[in-house]
Amino acid sequence: MKRYSVFAIAREAMNYHLGWEKAWGNPEPKKDYDVIIVGAGGHGLATAYYLGKNHGIKNVAIIEKGWLGGGNTGRNTTIIRSNYLQDPSAAIYDKALKLYEGLSQDLNYNVMFSPRGLLMLAQTHHEVRGYLRTVHANMLQGVTTEYISPARVKELVPIINIDGPRYPVLGALYQPRGGTGRHDAVAWGYARACAAMGMDIIQQTEVTAVRSEAGVVKGVETSKGFIGCKKLGVVVAGHSGQLAEMGGFRLPIEAVALQALVSEPIKPCMDVVVMANTVHGYMSQSDKGEMVIGGGTDGFNNFTQRGSFHHVEETLRALIETFPMISRLKMLRQWGGIVDMTGDRSPIISKTPLGNCFFNCGWGTGGFKAIPGSGWAMAELMAKGEPGPLAEEFSMWRFKEGKFIDESVAAGVAH
Amino acid sequence: MSTRLQKGGRLIDRSRAATFTFNGKQLTGFAGDTLAAGLLANDQMLVGRSFKYHRPRGIVASGAEEPNALVNMGEGGRFEPNQRTTTTELFDGLTATSQNHWPSLEFDVGVVNNYAARFLPAGFYYKTFMFPRFAWKHVFEPVVRQSAGLGKVPQGPEVDRYEYAYAFCDLLIAGGGIAGLQAALVAGGAGKRVILVEQTPHWGGRAPVDGDVIDGISADEWVKKTVQALEKMSNVTMRLRCMAAGVYDHGYVLADEKVADHTPGDGRPRHRLWRIRAGKIIAATGAIERPLSFAGNDIPGVMLASAVRDYVVNYAVSPGDRTVIVTNNDDAYRTAIALKEAGLEVPVIVDARTNVTGDLPAKARAMGIRVEAGRAVVKVKGAKRVTGVAIGLQAGEGAVLEEIACDAVAMSGGWSPVVHLWSHCGGKLTWDDAQAHFRPDATRPPTNQDGAAMVATLGSANGQLSAAAALADVAAQLGGKAVTADTVHEAALEPVWIMPQGAGHKLKMKMFLDYQNDVKVSDVQLAAREGYTSVEHTKRYTTLGMATDQGKLSNINGLAVLAGALNDKIPNVGTTTFRPPYTPVPLGALAGESRGDIFQPLRKSPMHGWHEAHGAYMEPVGLWRRAYCYARGSETHEQAVQREILNARANVGMLDASTLGKIIVKGPDAGRFLDMLYTNVMSNLGIGKCRYGLMCNEQGFLSDDGVVIRLSDDSWLCHTTTGGADRIHAWMEDWLQCEWWDWKVYTANVTEEYAQIAVAGPNARMVLEKLGGMDVSKETLPFMSFADGTLGGLPVRVHRISFSGELSYEIATPAGHGLALWEALIEAGAEFGVMPYGTEAMHIMRAEKGFIMIGDETDGTVIPQDLNLGWAISKKKADYLGKRGQERTHLASPDRWKLAGFEALDGSVIPDGSYIIADGFNGNGQRNTQGRVTSTYYSPTLKKGIAMGLVKGGMDRLGDVVEFNTLTTATVKARVVDPVFYDKDGEKGNA
Amino acid sequence: MLILECPYCGVKADETELSPGYEAHLKRYGPGSSPEEFEAYMFARKNPKGVHFERWRHAYGCGKWFLAARCTATLEVFGTYPAQSGEPPAELQAKIKAKRPNWEGYK
Repeated sequence: MKRYSVFAIAREAMNYHLGWEKAWGNPEPKKDYDVIIVGAGGHGLATAYYLGKNHGIKNVAIIEKGWLGGGNTGRNTTIIRSNYLQDPSAAIYDKALKLYEGLSQDLNYNVMFSPRGLLMLAQTHHEVRGYLRTVHANMLQGVTTEYISPARVKELVPIINIDGPRYPVLGALYQPRGGTGRHDAVAWGYARACAAMGMDIIQQTEVTAVRSEAGVVKGVETSKGFIGCKKLGVVVAGHSGQLAEMGGFRLPIEAVALQALVSEPIKPCMDVVVMANTVHGYMSQSDKGEMVIGGGTDGFNNFTQRGSFHHVEETLRALIETFPMISRLKMLRQWGGIVDMTGDRSPIISKTPLGNCFFNCGWGTGGFKAIPGSGWAMAELMAKGEPGPLAEEFSMWRFKEGKFIDESVAAGVAH
Repeated sequence: MSTRLQKGGRLIDRSRAATFTFNGKQLTGFAGDTLAAGLLANDQMLVGRSFKYHRPRGIVASGAEEPNALVNMGEGGRFEPNQRTTTTELFDGLTATSQNHWPSLEFDVGVVNNYAARFLPAGFYYKTFMFPRFAWKHVFEPVVRQSAGLGKVPQGPEVDRYEYAYAFCDLLIAGGGIAGLQAALVAGGAGKRVILVEQTPHWGGRAPVDGDVIDGISADEWVKKTVQALEKMSNVTMRLRCMAAGVYDHGYVLADEKVADHTPGDGRPRHRLWRIRAGKIIAATGAIERPLSFAGNDIPGVMLASAVRDYVVNYAVSPGDRTVIVTNNDDAYRTAIALKEAGLEVPVIVDARTNVTGDLPAKARAMGIRVEAGRAVVKVKGAKRVTGVAIGLQAGEGAVLEEIACDAVAMSGGWSPVVHLWSHCGGKLTWDDAQAHFRPDATRPPTNQDGAAMVATLGSANGQLSAAAALADVAAQLGGKAVTADTVHEAALEPVWIMPQGAGHKLKMKMFLDYQNDVKVSDVQLAAREGYTSVEHTKRYTTLGMATDQGKLSNINGLAVLAGALNDKIPNVGTTTFRPPYTPVPLGALAGESRGDIFQPLRKSPMHGWHEAHGAYMEPVGLWRRAYCYARGSETHEQAVQREILNARANVGMLDASTLGKIIVKGPDAGRFLDMLYTNVMSNLGIGKCRYGLMCNEQGFLSDDGVVIRLSDDSWLCHTTTGGADRIHAWMEDWLQCEWWDWKVYTANVTEEYAQIAVAGPNARMVLEKLGGMDVSKETLPFMSFADGTLGGLPVRVHRISFSGELSYEIATPAGHGLALWEALIEAGAEFGVMPYGTEAMHIMRAEKGFIMIGDETDGTVIPQDLNLGWAISKKKADYLGKRGQERTHLASPDRWKLAGFEALDGSVIPDGSYIIADGFNGNGQRNTQGRVTSTYYSPTLKKGIAMGLVKGGMDRLGDVVEFNTLTTATVKARVVDPVFYDKDGEKGNA
Repeated sequence: MLILECPYCGVKADETELSPGYEAHLKRYGPGSSPEEFEAYMFARKNPKGVHFERWRHAYGCGKWFLAARCTATLEVFGTYPAQSGEPPAELQAKIKAKRPNWEGYK
């Protein structure tokens, strides 16, 4: 793999950029692999990358029904943070954040991680107490967060209205290390690095069945025929239920729509990410200048990647209350994704009833920020056959025991 | 130069001048102009700078597809960035400034990016800016952000208002061109409820500009006649300036009507958002002309051929004195003819086709226009304005045969149907080889709730590009009287995706696909070379089609170049997803009227106004607002809360408790039902008695609490928390309707029917006795009982229940009497020292008393057993909601954190939210914990900090000293104590 | 933006009038059930990409809960029926089978 750098660009510029090599190939599947990962989204690609990098397992195929990075990785609002309340969540999201901090250098691909700071507004007294709880928990988890005053909020976000008639801002949970990244670049950077290790990324190939013998996985049937493997990792977000069914078990997962939108681009006006959870809206400004906006999920099972518009209206009302100046900006584009919600809205990184078959799913509305940590933990689980400390609490059997990892308990949300 | 012609202009009113400014320069146009037409009439071709290279940008189009001519418009509360000049109606007093440049439009420093363009190909930022690590955030990103971003940032809040409108129809027709009008005429005539919307201020679409003849009369006359006929139909609703923005599932359509954009400040809402349910949707949305990809095709003065024609015919504006036409089809000849007829020069028509045979070329030739077949524009000359073109062979590599001076270029690469509305809900497309475009595949439409086709397309949007074909399409799909248009024979177009076809890299680096985002042919080819071969990858890697026009001009050309680079067919490459809205819609319009005070519905207790009038600081609790405290004079909130508590403890206080949920449960099986709902037994509660109860969800987690009273043999009234009323009522109905539907139980949520006032304190009884009307003595009305009667002549139900720990009466009265009762109590209580108290005093008093609060001690993961509430859990009931859940291993574990009280050794207030530290670290390096605080306050009664919390071991740890963390490295040492800090024996409440 | 016809009041209700309630025809497992049964009752959802039976409440209308058969991939609604139904009406099942021959049945 030729390294990317400013010198490489200068060199190629002299040759009309004809010399760049492919970031990844378009291979035909081999007969079998040590590991097959189903799903070439961020989580699947990161799993493959860390299998190679941390565990030396490079005979890997990543099979993707559509185009790599085309699911929720390519349609989220790109928020990265780790100010979670519960220990297992804070651990894996902070691992992810730490990896994000060096990811561009690690992958030699600029994922534009921008630690511009993230605010979660407290707009009720209940929310104030919830964030005070989070900030104390974060302190013990080694996650640096602060609880800040309305005046400081206004200083960080001059365009905010802290004196709204209905929900004045009472304070905020602030994570200076939080921010955003370029979602596509995360998938592409991992894909390029996987390809450079000799892994096969097989796009436009659908898995139609899981083949097993004596309760142990043997491979997958695909639209390009049978492909054998010693271990199978399924990382397919919204379609996890369908894959689990192929494996002969059920998951505590429901697929619902989550929507987002962007405005037309304007000059820089907001340097931090702001989440207003009482009124259900969050907003950041992309490097292109678009205001990137998200809100709540629909309440019914839906695989269409389209949502119900009244949620978008509710989100916009909330954000216009919070940022009155956006009223005359225009919605440029709206879209939806299929998010996989578990019983406690926390993910599953787990062995399954099927031998050598592992699932990573249930990231719901919050998956993008977890990608490196999720891949790291999943790779460890798959390589060793047992979860490490990062994945341990995210077993699919926790529901039977009632051992929830519930982030909604303080004023927190999973986005 | 571009200028106003002396004659013509079908849409302008020369008798009404409109004065406007552009970058401070005062200019004049006419009523009926678009802002773009007004600018061109004043020779203002240069209107902005592109996103990445800051190249000069001029007006390209005449409609919604315009990628370049976006301006900052208006001032103050009416300032709006990125306003599209081609769809903005000119009005007197309009102010506009150009965007994305510094210091000025003519001289922009950002243009250095242009000179460095060779080093800034698609995706260059993914390959660099990585070292040193901090540099992206601190050095590179700020530069990138400042250079991007287009329009300026609006400053103040909005001054205009918006509104929603709702409509229902059998047929929604989007597009008021001839196909849409004729469809409305047919469907309206058949008695269907029709809504016809058109995004521009004019009916008729392109047909009048093209000079079509319909039913023997001019298109203009036919449109006028048809509109008059439609206006007579009461079942047809017509809206101009109304853009169908998006089609959503089950026939839901959003349409954005620009009510007062052209008449700002006239008192009307600025936009009206139509929320329409349509039985069926017809997209008669026309087609958009494609640019051609030749070097320099972005230089101001290069325009779409159809746009040039629009400006000449509609606005009597000539974009140039000498306009070169470049085309691969016959339609562009209409532009040449229109220019010539307007007295302007057309030095040459450069036609990429080797054979040029149609009727229109024949007419052009007959008018003396030079036609060069098989030729290409090799490159356009000029910088901020076209000065000429270099011509060569289309089949060649770019050798220049001739240079021709001109000040405008009109290009046409063929037409693409506007398929957005068809595609929003998943309608599929098919590639039409003959016309070289994607059009709707009628066999794979988007479907509705019945699985039936939801959208159809008509006319140009369906690939029926000529007037005759479009009208025939209407007849074929909707029937009705045949309407015919005169047919003009047009020869086939020849797809041209790169001009000239063998152009080298140097030329391809100047062939723009996406004008706003500066995506060139070379960029798409680079993406393909690097493996970004999915159309979505190419789009995202190059940003093709991601600008504010969402690829209306660029997408098909980009796809074709990608297909070429991949050596594949265009339909195999496919399209990106079409997403709403069709053109950008103001966020304010989408939010509607709900802003400020009416942002969300406001629920008010009957005494709401009194609280506000008496200085209450209100806090939101769900949609309610409750008095947090009543500060007097210069008191802080904290001081007010302490005064209120001390007064209630010493004298008497009053709390507005009206927001508490009140649900009547009645029927032969009501007792049985409540025994399932609550963890304890409610069926054996005596009539006239009160009992505290807990409700859990099926997981076993505590979800709500409150006092239940028994009204009669078959009826109970359940009090819930303020936030729980609607949720618990729905929960009850869920079980009654979906699980135990054979049980005879009726529920009614009567929360808002009653006001409720807590009168608490040692003097409470005296206040009630002063009002008089019923016996409220300890003997007649003991603790945990209630009675109906009157107080001060008002009908009341008086409950002896206490959340403050004091002697307390909670008095309910029909909501209409609430304020009267409140004021009567205040008056009667004056001599006993009554003061109102707010929610914060209530919270602290209950904490002093060790009462749990839903939402403080509970968080959705706490079970009653954790809170030492085992006494409220029936051991003898076989079942209640949550019982099975609580039997799960983790919930039954002895290691759970349980409720206890805490007192800091130094008497301080333990920080809100803090955790109790345990020894060591877990596998992830996180400090171990063994509990946390759930309620922590300064108790004015006890003059020290008190707290409740959960700790491993709970009350077994009494006397232990534990350490709470703080937000510094310090910790707070606290002793585990009984959580009941005040009146441990309950003598006061029982008094 | 769904429309579902409330089988009680006959109103073709807009989604904004309704509250969703996820999977229908769940059998409740209370005390005495095995850990597996209880887990399945609480969490293991069918989540099909296709025909789905689900609960809705006409919350801002008549207040009644009802059940709907809806395709989660196309959002086609096959029919709605009262919540007081042990299983989908035979006629509805036949209708779905006719439209989706590969449908495996509601169980």
